[in-house]
Amino acid sequence: MSIDMEQFHQVFFEESFECLDAMETGLLNLDMGAVDSEEINTIFRAAHSIKGGSGTFGFDNVAAYTHVMETLLDEMRDGRRDVTQQAVEVLLGSVDCLREMLNAIEAKEPVDESRVAEHKKSLETELNSAQSTTDESESTPVVQEAVTPEPTVAASIEASVLASPVVWDIKFVPHEDLLVTGNDPVRMFRELAELGKLDVTINLEGLPDNLDGLNPEFCYLAWDLVLTADVGKDEIDDVFAWVEDECDLSIVLRDPVVVPLNNTDDTQALVLPEIVAPVQEVMAAAEEITEPEPTEESVEITDETTVIVAPKEKSAEKKKAASHTASIRVDTGKIDGLINMVGELVIIQSMLSLAGENFSTDNLDRLKLGLSQLERHTRELQESVMNIRMLPINFVFSRFPRLVHDLSLKLEKKIELKLVGENTEVDKTVIEMISDPLVHLVRNSLDHGIEIPEERLKKGKPETGSITLAAYHRGGNIVIEVKDDGKGLNKEVLRQKAIEKGLIADNAILTDKQIYHLIFMAGFSTAEKLTDVSGRGVGMDVVRRNIQELGGSVEIDSELGVGSTMSISLPLTLAILDGQSITVGDETYIIPLSAIVESMNMEEGQINHVVGKGEAFLLHGEYLPIIRLHEIFNITSVKSSNLIEGTVVVVDGLDGSRCGLFVDELLGQQQVVIKSLEKNYRSIDGISSATILGDGSVALILDIPGLIKLSNQ
Amino acid sequence: MTTILAVDDSASMRQMVNFTLKGAGYTVVDAVDGDDALIKAQEQVFDCIVTDVNMPNKDGITLIRDLRAIPDYKFTPMLMLTTESGMEKKQQGKAAGATGWIVKPFNPDQLLKTIKKVLG
Repeated sequence: MSIDMEQFHQVFFEESFECLDAMETGLLNLDMGAVDSEEINTIFRAAHSIKGGSGTFGFDNVAAYTHVMETLLDEMRDGRRDVTQQAVEVLLGSVDCLREMLNAIEAKEPVDESRVAEHKKSLETELNSAQSTTDESESTPVVQEAVTPEPTVAASIEASVLASPVVWDIKFVPHEDLLVTGNDPVRMFRELAELGKLDVTINLEGLPDNLDGLNPEFCYLAWDLVLTADVGKDEIDDVFAWVEDECDLSIVLRDPVVVPLNNTDDTQALVLPEIVAPVQEVMAAAEEITEPEPTEESVEITDETTVIVAPKEKSAEKKKAASHTASIRVDTGKIDGLINMVGELVIIQSMLSLAGENFSTDNLDRLKLGLSQLERHTRELQESVMNIRMLPINFVFSRFPRLVHDLSLKLEKKIELKLVGENTEVDKTVIEMISDPLVHLVRNSLDHGIEIPEERLKKGKPETGSITLAAYHRGGNIVIEVKDDGKGLNKEVLRQKAIEKGLIADNAILTDKQIYHLIFMAGFSTAEKLTDVSGRGVGMDVVRRNIQELGGSVEIDSELGVGSTMSISLPLTLAILDGQSITVGDETYIIPLSAIVESMNMEEGQINHVVGKGEAFLLHGEYLPIIRLHEIFNITSVKSSNLIEGTVVVVDGLDGSRCGLFVDELLGQQQVVIKSLEKNYRSIDGISSATILGDGSVALILDIPGLIKLSNQ
Repeated sequence: MTTILAVDDSASMRQMVNFTLKGAGYTVVDAVDGDDALIKAQEQVFDCIVTDVNMPNKDGITLIRDLRAIPDYKFTPMLMLTTESGMEKKQQGKAAGATGWIVKPFNPDQLLKTIKKVLG
């Protein structure tokens, strides 16, 4: 039976990466002072799992590498070795190395052998360090050692007495309880018979004299077996390997000169000649009482004696181009919900088609009812489907403990990382894209925010700084906060720096918020010296741009000497948007509902004309510029160009700037499915994407920050 | 129809064991750990149990011990999947009532050969 093992690889990789994550988390959680044995056990189990899988699926180098890790962890688990910081660091390094190995193997790329060898060496050095109380030779076995069987007796005999049949006398006396471990002598005899010719003699000596005292669960029988087969003793041993502690067994090679077989003058007390039967008969009898067996009857018997043989190498023909399948793990409860919903839809569909077939004005109510149910279920179905793409933000957060651990060692700072709201769910795409900006923010907090321990003590702060990563839902958004108790942003320094760099005029009046936002401007870096932790080219401007591309915004709150908080606000999903439809001339556009502050009709006298800057109006004590959409998009069929006759929608840009969009009319609010413009056409300033409306027409979705920028030009 | 309960916390191993045994005509039910297996083993009676040793919640050895205490499973073949290095585990498993073991890593052919050995 040949099974393509490659079909299991994807699952193996997925679970191995999960195991690596579990190991990393476990290692970071280890408290050197009081090691939790369950924690070590979890780490051990993860390593063990990878080792088992990699061996089975033919990744021998991974198995060999993991074996060393496993041995080290096993000693820690048994208390034979102390858990030291150094050992944890070595293990963490190995987790990285293993991850790289698996990544390379998954992508069908060559593994960096020198790096693996280097890491393996440091693992082995750690393993062989004086700490362990284990004998070294025992602690560093190589996994899957080639099993080199000792030259078998059979072979040596073959050399001296050619052509003589090899005959083994086997005396098998099971203990009474052999059967209750699920073992059955008949099966063992069958296995022996596959090795050669087998004669079985039953020995009834052990039967109790009084059959009344017979325990039906016990085995009272014993057997004398004669096996004529050109095999070694170890092959016979293997047949009895499972029961060696539950029987008395002697396996003796008969002197080759003696001609064996039936007329043995056995001195056994009770040999009943009629019980001597060829094994085929015994088996035939057994066959009748055992259940019929599965389809494949042709059992191939080879010389393989044990199951310690390494899986055969895959033939090279299967070398397909690496295709990474992005898969997602979904809670079965969510799938069940979906199926349930589809069931409801089917019912409504049949109800509607029934109403349609015999349509008359009488059943108009039923039709309406059906339609309203259809709407409700479609919405629920949509929500359920979206729900499938939702993953806990922990997918991103989980990488930070390691990052903070490594960086704080490097920067010689003491930092405690707190994670809050790890189970908050967010769309998979958002998860994938928010990771890098978050890493940047956290690195910044670590590098520039948190002070070194001496400085903190001087300031009267606790020696250990803290960084909090928090996630929570607010409205239709998910908010992710990076909060530190470091030195905070110095407004004066920021301002000076911006003036020096020519980013602002030296007499510019800026609000606190605007000053903080300076750090997001390209080419702005206040770090006195560039470290390799942060400040390497990729600036905060990229962070902000990435967040904006996700339709999100970032805010900064800071207090000098106390700390800073960066809040990223992101839409929960990138596939559907709550929008407000508006018309300008014959065109329909969608404004994201989240951007709308309010809408109003202008009155005479409310509008001011500012020379060179266009029109503005006063709202809650603030002058807001008016953007005429028909001018931006060059639409001539406009209903009216008089501001008083149309509607002004007040919208929020992402950096705190607001403006009024002048449109013809507000239509309804609706959820729209976002269709990418870049994928289908090309990117256009002022437009983020498009959607298809109920009547089949295409409406463009406005990009408010882009529009504000466009109108300023 | 011969039914086998395959217990492993590793999804890929479960998939491999399941696929191999199903391909040979057995009916296979999966369980993710000892606890799960014990529940499933009480819902229906299996002809054979194949279990991993190292598992969270309830390990394979405890599972075998628990199952042997159930009258239906007194004589049922129970195999543990163990690593070569785990001689100690083999002894513990035997003491708990395991029929035998399959040494990891193994390939589908080796698995089938061993299963056929205990199921006749």
